[in-house]
Amino acid sequence: MKANKLFIAPAIACLAASLAAGTVQAKEVVVRIGHAGPLSGPAAAFGKDGENGARLAIEDANAKKLQIGGDTVKFELVSEDDQADPRTATTVAQRLTDAGVKGVVGHVTSGASVPAARIYENAGIPMITPSSTSPKLTQQGYKMTFRVIANDLQQGNALGKYAVEQLKATRIAVIDDRTAYGQGLADAFANAVKAAGGQVVGREFTNDKATDFMAILTKVRAANPDVVFYGGMDAQSGPLTRQMKQLGLTAKFLTGDGGCTGEMIKMAGDALSATTYCTQAGIPLDKMPGGAAFRTEFKQRYGSDIHVYAPYSYDATMALIEAMKVANSVEPAKYQPALKALNAQGVTGPLAFDQSGDIKGGAITVYNFSGGRWAPLQTLQ
Amino acid sequence: MTSTSTTLPRPPGFSLDLRLQQPLLIVLAAAAPLVALAFGASWVRVLDFALLYVLLAIGLNLVVGFAGLLDLGYIAFYAVGAYTWAFLASPHFGIHLPFWIVLPLGAAFAALAGIMLGFPTLRLRGDYLAIVTLGFGEIIRIFMNNLNQPINITNGPQGIDMIDPLTIAGIDLSRNLDLFGMQVPSLVLYYYAFLGAVVLALVLVRRLQISRVGRAWAAIREDELAAKAIGIDTRMMKLLAFALGATFGGVSGGLFAAFQGFVSPESFSLMESIVVLTMIVLGGMGNLAGVVFGAIVLTALPELLRHFAVPLQVALFGKTLLDPEVLRMLLLSLAMILMMLWRPAGLLPARTRYAHREGRKA
Amino acid sequence: METLLQQTLNGLVAGSIYALVALGYTMVYGILGLINFAHGEIVMVGALVALQTILFLSSAVPGLPPLVLLLAGVVVAVPACMALGYLIERIGYRRLRNAPRLAPLITAIGVSFLLQTLAMIIWGREFHVFPQLIDTAPMQPVAGVVVSPMQIFTIVVAFTLMGGLMLLVNKSRLGRAMRATAENHRVAGLMGINANGVIAATFIIGSGLAALAGVLFASNYAIAHYSMGFTPGLKAFTAAVLGGIGNLPGAMVGGLVLGLVESFGAGYIEHLSFGFLNSSYQDIFAFMILGAVLIFRPSGLLGERVADRA
Repeated sequence: MKANKLFIAPAIACLAASLAAGTVQAKEVVVRIGHAGPLSGPAAAFGKDGENGARLAIEDANAKKLQIGGDTVKFELVSEDDQADPRTATTVAQRLTDAGVKGVVGHVTSGASVPAARIYENAGIPMITPSSTSPKLTQQGYKMTFRVIANDLQQGNALGKYAVEQLKATRIAVIDDRTAYGQGLADAFANAVKAAGGQVVGREFTNDKATDFMAILTKVRAANPDVVFYGGMDAQSGPLTRQMKQLGLTAKFLTGDGGCTGEMIKMAGDALSATTYCTQAGIPLDKMPGGAAFRTEFKQRYGSDIHVYAPYSYDATMALIEAMKVANSVEPAKYQPALKALNAQGVTGPLAFDQSGDIKGGAITVYNFSGGRWAPLQTLQ
Repeated sequence: MTSTSTTLPRPPGFSLDLRLQQPLLIVLAAAAPLVALAFGASWVRVLDFALLYVLLAIGLNLVVGFAGLLDLGYIAFYAVGAYTWAFLASPHFGIHLPFWIVLPLGAAFAALAGIMLGFPTLRLRGDYLAIVTLGFGEIIRIFMNNLNQPINITNGPQGIDMIDPLTIAGIDLSRNLDLFGMQVPSLVLYYYAFLGAVVLALVLVRRLQISRVGRAWAAIREDELAAKAIGIDTRMMKLLAFALGATFGGVSGGLFAAFQGFVSPESFSLMESIVVLTMIVLGGMGNLAGVVFGAIVLTALPELLRHFAVPLQVALFGKTLLDPEVLRMLLLSLAMILMMLWRPAGLLPARTRYAHREGRKA
Repeated sequence: METLLQQTLNGLVAGSIYALVALGYTMVYGILGLINFAHGEIVMVGALVALQTILFLSSAVPGLPPLVLLLAGVVVAVPACMALGYLIERIGYRRLRNAPRLAPLITAIGVSFLLQTLAMIIWGREFHVFPQLIDTAPMQPVAGVVVSPMQIFTIVVAFTLMGGLMLLVNKSRLGRAMRATAENHRVAGLMGINANGVIAATFIIGSGLAALAGVLFASNYAIAHYSMGFTPGLKAFTAAVLGGIGNLPGAMVGGLVLGLVESFGAGYIEHLSFGFLNSSYQDIFAFMILGAVLIFRPSGLLGERVADRA
């Protein structure tokens, strides 16, 4: 019985495919696009989000029955799990190149993107990361590495200026979690604060598994800051704000995109107030050119809300496809120049890359906690 | 536990049918990447990593399996080797030394770290030693993670990238080699380079095992007091085990840095130490064949799980209940427990059977 | 000055939790000579089981007073952890009591990772918010030091439990049996003591204390997570060694000293090292202490009470 079923299923699929093909005149070619990110492990939610965004873009593109190089192109997503681990990432990158993908959306985390970039570079396959924000990624001088989100340096700079100029802070304490993300962001922030004339009155450190921040916060409290900045993720910034409150430390709290999540609201509970700020690279979804429509479409397709990076992953995929359209070829060597010179409109804003492959004029938006959610305050360019 | 065997110590390893096994193994090892290539280059990469882990497992086996000292911070030596390569062959300091300088240096630094760790700790009891080495591993990792200030040495959590690839006799292993019009992929080149290192290590360690030193280690492992009584300089021998074990870790780390092109502290977590330990526990402490086997199986495990466990779960339950990472953790921890309870000598136990002392303070 | 006092308080709170966990390590080590690596995971299981109970009760019976909820969490978590501790000993360690030394140690590491993985499967990877049922808001500052009811509660509960344990071990029949077994479990067996029973009891008591430590830990920091037990577990072991392994008052002193060292270390290392080191090294103090104690004073601050030494 089972054997029969197994046999019938492909037969039906074949039949369906041939019927579908019959209605189209041109030859149909399948073009594979890779997605790589953590689909298991602690960062799995980010990877899944990215994958969903890329899949949506591919479905949208397929619906348009694009003609590239005279053929009707059918895109296919090959998704791989890199567990946010540098070593696994290289294996996964190899597997994607084995699968003959023409472009890669990913990786999601910086620790994975940096070593994987070398493999794509050698294989001559463009990769566009939707979410790795380490400045290092695009400083490797690779031709095939692109990014559609503002990097930590840009984000840290914008934040530092914002703290001094808009929040009128003069005494600022900086804490980070000693991860590539947290440290990179905090260092950029501290430098920008100094450049804008602010004073860094405390520089403290914790780690991404810590729960007890009382000792460093006591030290920070003694320095009497107006703003406390934290470079790190929501699982720490939540308890951190609680412990600030517990110590009677009333300074404003500012953190990057790692703390700009629903998880942070859950973890911090009643320690949040209107003087808790966070930022996200990009402009608020509702202000994005196609944001509202994207949100509805995403919700319809997956029945869940966007986590963070899905729009960027959607745009990264669209950038690849757009470049293929412009170059009228799906071959990486042919469309890479078109990608470099791309000038398109994505749901997160204009898509154009600078010399190193970073997005041009990546926007940063500051949010504060109000009415039980993160409310956009101001978009910095 | 009371089965007191009185068989004389005979060197373990691929014994008896050596003549038959060896050519077979050589052919298998030489052909492996070509077979793997047929299934995709990513499998060759898995093999490459497997060889690096084999090297690590051989080194840790020296310490745990031969000398009976439980080292839970072994990955620190791997880190020392990797960072030595990264310092001396990357744009980070602008130094680009060739591999025949960097690799021995990395091994030497790792050995030095081994001695530094061993010197003060070797008079500790077995389980104290385990936890101090664990601490040592964490301390090294935390220093790597933080030594970007006040002077930038390690570049902190950002890691070091653009590391020079392995270049042997003018051949850059990170590029495909054009051999008489045939393209030999970079991954295959790395495979043979790593294989060379592993074979060298195996030969060395086997020689060592049947030497005076190896017998002294065995004596210490079985009964330290007795070993001392028959005139073995136990402290010296233990230090030697630590230093030599660390050397292999250092070499493996250097090769890892060259192969990966990027090192960052997150690659040297406690979990990695535990994984290497599980490899030798699974394969059989003290037995080289077992250790090699354990390392290959456990490196391939995540890939196998990804290929088979996920589709199987989808077929059975319609969805993925346990993702491959969780399954791997589950299998690793179960392997440690079950092996110790039912097959403490591992899947491929060492052939030699020593008299087991009765009582728990062995 | 107020910063100094505040850091002392921070250290005392963290230290009293370490001390509770350290007691479990020290009791097991004293009797079996085994580092029960999995002990830290019992702390985690305790916190998560209590969390599950509290969440269930507060949704099933709305309007229960916070203290009742917390008590219910404890009432479920403590026996659950006791059972778990017993099972680990019975299934894992008992068979290996006469095996070569490495075997129980490697098994213990395996059990630790197994418990973490199982907790990950049951409770997921995300960080859970542990409801702070006792107020953590600062009370009226005394001499510039802010203290919350939760912190006072933590210290009081920890000291009461430690006192109770001391009484149990020194005054009760079971305690005498435990001490005898620690001296030599075979001879204790010959004297009519059920050594297996005593060892099981040791694991059960230690696990109960660990469960309470887990609830205190989670309540203080409002967090529960599958990997929350591992690092505090290691540190508590350090505390036990610091005080003198096998020595109950030693474990308490060791826990408190470690808590204070970490707190002062994070607060003052930058000044003490002229800016070379900073709070990013907070997590290595425990390991540094461990190394130093083992090398220079292996018997710990108050002397160890381990009967037979290798």
